[in-house]
This record gives sequence, structure tokens and C-alpha cells, in this order.
Amino acid sequence: MKQWLSVFVVSVLLAGCSTFPTSLDAVREAELGSHALAIEQWQTEAGSRVLFVESPTLPMVDVRLVFDAGSARDGDHYGVSSLTSALIGEGAEGLSVEDIARGFEALGVDYGASAYRDMAIVEMRALSDPEYFQPALDLFTRMVGTPTFPQTALERVRQQYLTGLQRQKQVPGPQVSKAFNRVLFGDHPYGHPSSGTEETLPGISREQLARFHQQYYAAGNAVIAITGDLDSAGARALAERLSNALPAGERAPTLPRAHVLEQQIISHQTFDSEQTVLLLGNQAIYRGHPDWVNLYVGNYILGGGGFASILTDEVREAQGYVYGIRSSITPMAAAGPFSIQFQTANENADDALALTLQLVSDFVANGPTQQQVTDAVNNITGSFALDVAENDDIVGQLGAIGFYDLPTDYLQWFEAEVRKVTPESIKAAFARNLDPSDLAIVSIGPEAPAIPADSGASAPK
Amino acid sequence: MRYLHSLLALLVLAPVMALAAKAPVTHDFTLDNGLRVLVREDHRAPVAVMQLWYKVGSYDEAPGQTGLAHLLEHMMFRGTENLPPGEYSKLVSRFGGEDNAFTSYDFTTYFAKFEVSRLPLMIELEADRMMNLTISDEDFFRERNVVMEERRQRTDDNPNALAWERFAALTRPGSGYASPVIGWREEIGQLQPQQARDWYDTWYVPGNATLVIVGDVTRETVEPLVKRYFGKVPAGTNPVRLTPRLAAAPGERRAVIEVPVQVPNVYIAYNVPTIATHPEDFYALSMLSGVLDGGYAARIESSLVRGSGLVTGASASYDGLGRGDGLFTLSATPAPGVSLEDLEAALEAELDRLRTEPPSAEEMKRVRAGVLSSRVFGMDSLFGQAMELGQLVTLGIDWQEADRFAEALAQVTPEDVQRVARQWLVSQRRTVAQVVPPTDDVASTGDVQ
Repeated sequence: MKQWLSVFVVSVLLAGCSTFPTSLDAVREAELGSHALAIEQWQTEAGSRVLFVESPTLPMVDVRLVFDAGSARDGDHYGVSSLTSALIGEGAEGLSVEDIARGFEALGVDYGASAYRDMAIVEMRALSDPEYFQPALDLFTRMVGTPTFPQTALERVRQQYLTGLQRQKQVPGPQVSKAFNRVLFGDHPYGHPSSGTEETLPGISREQLARFHQQYYAAGNAVIAITGDLDSAGARALAERLSNALPAGERAPTLPRAHVLEQQIISHQTFDSEQTVLLLGNQAIYRGHPDWVNLYVGNYILGGGGFASILTDEVREAQGYVYGIRSSITPMAAAGPFSIQFQTANENADDALALTLQLVSDFVANGPTQQQVTDAVNNITGSFALDVAENDDIVGQLGAIGFYDLPTDYLQWFEAEVRKVTPESIKAAFARNLDPSDLAIVSIGPEAPAIPADSGASAPK
Repeated sequence: MRYLHSLLALLVLAPVMALAAKAPVTHDFTLDNGLRVLVREDHRAPVAVMQLWYKVGSYDEAPGQTGLAHLLEHMMFRGTENLPPGEYSKLVSRFGGEDNAFTSYDFTTYFAKFEVSRLPLMIELEADRMMNLTISDEDFFRERNVVMEERRQRTDDNPNALAWERFAALTRPGSGYASPVIGWREEIGQLQPQQARDWYDTWYVPGNATLVIVGDVTRETVEPLVKRYFGKVPAGTNPVRLTPRLAAAPGERRAVIEVPVQVPNVYIAYNVPTIATHPEDFYALSMLSGVLDGGYAARIESSLVRGSGLVTGASASYDGLGRGDGLFTLSATPAPGVSLEDLEAALEAELDRLRTEPPSAEEMKRVRAGVLSSRVFGMDSLFGQAMELGQLVTLGIDWQEADRFAEALAQVTPEDVQRVARQWLVSQRRTVAQVVPPTDDVASTGDVQ
């Protein structure tokens, strides 16, 4: 150890402290490890889209079904998608909830169902040893293909949802999120809460859930993502079997695109809290939008990049106003809102809001610096390996690629596009897609924060 | 930057024999200055996770200084003699990495995940802040504000979190576990920069730390780098940390906690031993926890939530992986119209079943099956593997113990489960709280507004 120590001391003396960290150059020149996924893609007889990556190291298999069956498909019955998902596993033809739960747990299987705005997901992770996997797949197939939606389960889960809604009123965050979505989406299918409302949940019947399942958990509306310790032939057999067990049916129709807000909209809810919670934003893009990559990199610089971002640097690190602040662009099937969320002690709310709005305006007006772009591109290209390192990551990527009809080499395409981004291209993309004077400003707290006088004044268009 | 309330049962749910999975290669060595290094090879992807575990947490704080361990964790990102404030995370980010840290009762952990060719930089930066941290007054006070915002966000504006904090203070009186990791609000606001410097000088020495690296690495790629960068950290003086012992039953405690909830709750906690204070019963208590709430088929869900009609939601857990005594905890929300007294009685009836009859062979088998497969599933996560190694070593337990968990659990009999239920889940070890909305009665809180 002494030897190492003296070598190090010498190198520091020679190089001087200004070169810290000493490993920087070597790391900068290191070649990044390969992270391309070998994705196989095909369609089942019944019309499900299948994506598969073989990953033989661990003796386990992940199967994820992704249906276009999120709350955007609720229609007027807010909560139907979410309740349908919650009752998968509560009973299937010839199987009680206890049969399903005990069956899976005796095999050590992890299973679950969840619903979001675009997607409804049903998934399992099981040991690949056929002695465990085959009975697990039997159960899984029946559970997702023939759910019975028992009335007792519906009543119990409905009550859990209603209690959950009541509990959300105890804290500011969920309330302001709901208000923000109402303002941002209005009557669009993304505008209501996925978990339903106190008005809509009581009216939902088990027949509605069964119909929803029949229509949207259909083979033609499903993506089947598979990874783990099985080969291509095994994955094909598995996918056929699952797909055949689903109701026959087509892909859900395309959703209408959400509208961009054309002026500043301010909304505040009074609530007795220590902090004021704020959400700002507007529609920016949608899946497949040509400016997506530029906005993604730009958003990383503005507020998506954590401690590397402008918003964290100024609002947290320089001023100490917040614990966390971030901006995001969320590309969904029919919308891609830009939003910023933070919460700050009530007495700082005016200043923190004014500062944040100013930072957004400055960024849209001036764009990033070359250094900021270089750092962001390095981060994004340098982190791709992390996104596909574990089977859990892989099955998630496969589900998203299939669901949004992305090419199987999407990640490589995205990486190549990220490398082309410049300060000018980011500035132009923001100018085309985000007008800082047209933001929704939605807040909750004891008092409405002051809105800076000129923040809603439209720049010449 | 973040802290976790507790790393509940990471191993309890994740342990055991790896069926057909090959045992991973793990290297274990110690530098001359006392730094323990664990390297786990996982070559599936060109990625690594690094975690540096310090054997110090909020448990070790002096009275009146709660929150100091966590605030120092924040300061670890605020610059060294070589790096300006905030530059650590910016560098990690520039090279595609992710980093953060968490403070717990028992330990403080710094971590990064990155493409593996970045390893030299990550090791150099971590070693630098073990040795060269600078804490300026100005920066300290600004970061203290950030922590106050963190507390407002996590606790003060969340009545269930506030209630839990007050409940937890009753459950393990007179120990470092009685105060929240983030600190009491009134005390955070009085913390001083010199206290943080002293904390750093006392606890952040190589002999009090464990470096864990899991990923596409070998001992040959890691050891020279660790020696080069961590090797120059002076050994310093290893701090003396008292070892908590199995405590006597504190006596029954009951509380009504008034906070602005819309949905009332009942919390119940029993003072029970951990793997550190009484390893003999750790496995039986883990089995008991699995029988009660180890899945959707377990008793809490099948018998209480689905069966009784009295409960909208409930959970039970055992945090057996602490340095000091642990808790066996239940919490529940009543179905509409059910009183909190009836809810508590329903929970206690489930415990009575455990006290009066051994669980069935089928239940025991289910818990073991879950434990077995979790061992395989857990190997998918680099971070989870590093957590397991780091947490065990930090608790003073051989990390290879994780591989013996399945075997040890298989030895537990139904009668053992019944015995630990009778021995430890007794009224003199119990704290019960009803969490209810305020009565709007000044006399009930005496709060000065």
C-alpha cells in the first residue's frame, strides 16, 4: 500500500491539484461497453405483438402483457380500467382468489396487474425450471384470460379505492396533480384520475368490467414481452398459448390528440399545509413527434437531469427553496406534456415561482450553452447501458417498444439522434413547442402564490 | 439526499439457496487502513453499482442533535478540498452515472450506478470525500434549509407520517430508534456546522466503512483502483460504537394520536429481538411474519381483509435486521362503520391464532417457496445484491449468512412459530396507537398556533 501511496503523491505533485480527478482523462477515453439488445419480434396467430430477449444467466422468466387498456379507455366511467386491472387475480373460471394466490405463492411466483393512463399491465416472474414454470404459466393464462370479476371482490376493492381517495385528501400532492391534469387535458381521455372519483366508482358494475376485459384485454390489443432463461422456440410456444387464451379482438382505436393551452391558466386550491405545492406545464408533443429528441435533451438540461440541471442548481442549490424540483416531458400515445413540479415553504412560494418561471423563459429564449449540451449528451449516451442491465429493465423496454410501435433498434436510433443535437437545434425545438407565457400554473397551499405580472404576456408569435 | 425509514426485511424476503443459479463469485478483502471491500461479480451487462457503507446512523446521535447524521449525508455532496459544492453529482452525471445516498438508524450509505468503464472515477470521487470534505458555514445553513423542506414534504405535510413518527417515539423509548432519522423539526433548525464537522471527523474513517462493488468487475479490476484511491486515506481512529443489547419488556403503551387524517388507523408494534440482539429467534419471527403477511394468500389478506369484513387494508412486518432490538408491526384501516376498538381486536385475534395453534404445513411451505424464489429473483438487481452484502457486514454479520438463510428457515418448525408468538408478542412489549382526526379541542394538544 505504501508503494501505491507514494506513486499517487508523485502524480499529484506533478500534475497539480487542478487536474483532480486524476482518473478523468482515462475514463473519458474509455470505450463504452455494448448494450444493444438482441430483440426478436413476431406476431401470434391471434394477433398479439411479441418481443423477446433471451437472458439465460438467471434461472427465471419474466412475462409482461401490455394492453392498450389504460384509463384513457374509461369513457365516462372513470375507474373502469383501474378496477378491471385490480380484479385480475380475484377469480377466474374454476379458480377462486385463494386458488390463484395459493397456487402462485406455492410456486414462488411474483405476479401482479396495474393500470396507467395508456397501459394496463399483467405480469409474472417465475422460476424457469419447468416443474415450476409450467404450472405457473397455466395459472397465469387462466387468470388473465378468464377473469370472473366476483361481486364480493368488486365491493371490497371499490371500498379500498374510495378509502384511498379519501386518504389522498390528507396530503397536498395528489390533489394538485389531479387539478393539474384537469386543467391540462380538460375533457380529453387523459383528464380524469385513473383510479376514478367518488362520483363514478359507486356506479361501476361487474358487467362493465367484464365488457372492458372482453374488448381491451383482447389478443389483438396485447403486447407480450418476454425475457429470461428460455429460447426462441420456448418463447413462441408461450406467446401462442397466452395469446390464444385472450378474448379475440382488435387493437383499440387511436386516441384523439390533446390540445395545447393557448394562454396562461392559473388555478389554486386552498389547503392547510406547511408547503405550497406547484405544478406548471403545457402540452408540448406526442409520441413520434420530430422534435422529441431535442426536447428530451433540452429538458434534461433545464430540469430533468437532477443535480446537473438548471432548475436544481438555481432553485435548490443556490437558494435552498426546495428539496427537489424537476421538469419532465412525458410522451404518451396522444400527448406529451411538459411539466415542472416543486414544493416550497409557504413564505418562499412567490419567490420560488418567480425564479422558476424566469429560468424557463430564459431557457426557451436563449437555449442552452454548448457545454451544457455536451454534458447532457455525455450523460444520456453514457447511461444507456444502465437502462437494459437487468431483466426487469429489459422486459420494461420490450413492453414500451411494442406498445408504442417503436422499431426494435429504437434505443440505438435514439442514441444516434442524441449525438446530433446542438444548442441551436434545442433552442429551435423549444421555440416551436413551448410558449412560457401559456403555462398552466396550478398550486395548492394556504394562499395562492403571486403570479409575476409579465409571465402571461405572449411573446410575438 | 434521500433517507429510507427502514430497509424492512430486505433479507427476510430475499434470502436463500439459489436452485439452479450458480453461486455468484464474491471477493472480500481489507486494506491496511481498515477499509473492508466486497466485490461481487455479475457480468451480464457492462454496468456496476458501488455502495460505501458507514457504520453510523441516526441511532448514534446525541440528545438534542437529531438529524445530524442525515444532514451530514447532504453535506457529503457539498464539496471537498478538490471539488466545489455540487460538483460530485455533476461529474457522476456527466459520465452517465446515477448517484444518491440514504441515512438510516443504523448506517449511512452512498451509492452510484454507472457504465463500468467509469469505475476509476467513481472510486476516486468516493475516496476523496471520505478524506477531504469541506463544510463551509454558509453552505451548511443553506443545506439545512433544504433539509427543512425535505422534512416538510415528507413528514410535516403528511399526517400519517407525522403520526408514525410520534408512534415510533413510543415504541422504543430511551434508544436512538425513538427519534426520526430526519430529526425533530425543532432540533434540525438548531444544528451547527461544527457539529457536522465533528461528526465527519469521528465516523468517516476507513475502518468504519465497507465498500461494496457489484457488477461487471473482478478482483483484478477493482483492487488496484481501491488501493490507489482509498489506500491513501489515513486510518485515523476507529470510533467506539456501543452495541445495543436485548432490552427488557418496556411495559404496555397506548396512545391516541390526533392528526388531520381523513381515514383513521390503528398501529400496533411489539418490541422483539433482531438478528443482532437474539439471533436464535430471528428465523422463527421471520417465518411468523411470512405466515401473517407474506403474500396475497397469507392470513392478513385472506383472513382479515377478504374474510372478516372489518378491515379495508392491513399489513404486518418484522424488521429483524437492525443492530438493536426491532419491532413487529401491524397497521390497519377499518372498514366503514367499524370502530378502532373492534379493528384492534380483529388484529389481536389473528395474533391469538398464532399464539394458540401452530401454522399449517401448507402455510410454512408457501413462505419457504417465496423465500427460495426471491433468492433467485433478487439476483436480477445489482443494487439489491449490494444492499444485501453491505447491510449484513454493517450489522456485524457474515455476508455468507445470506446463503444459509433458506436452510435456517427450513429448520423452523410450526411449533417454533407458535413459541415465538407466545414469547414475544405479549402485552408488556406492545404499543398501540389510534390515529384519529383532531377534536378541535385546545385542551387536547395545547399547541401554540
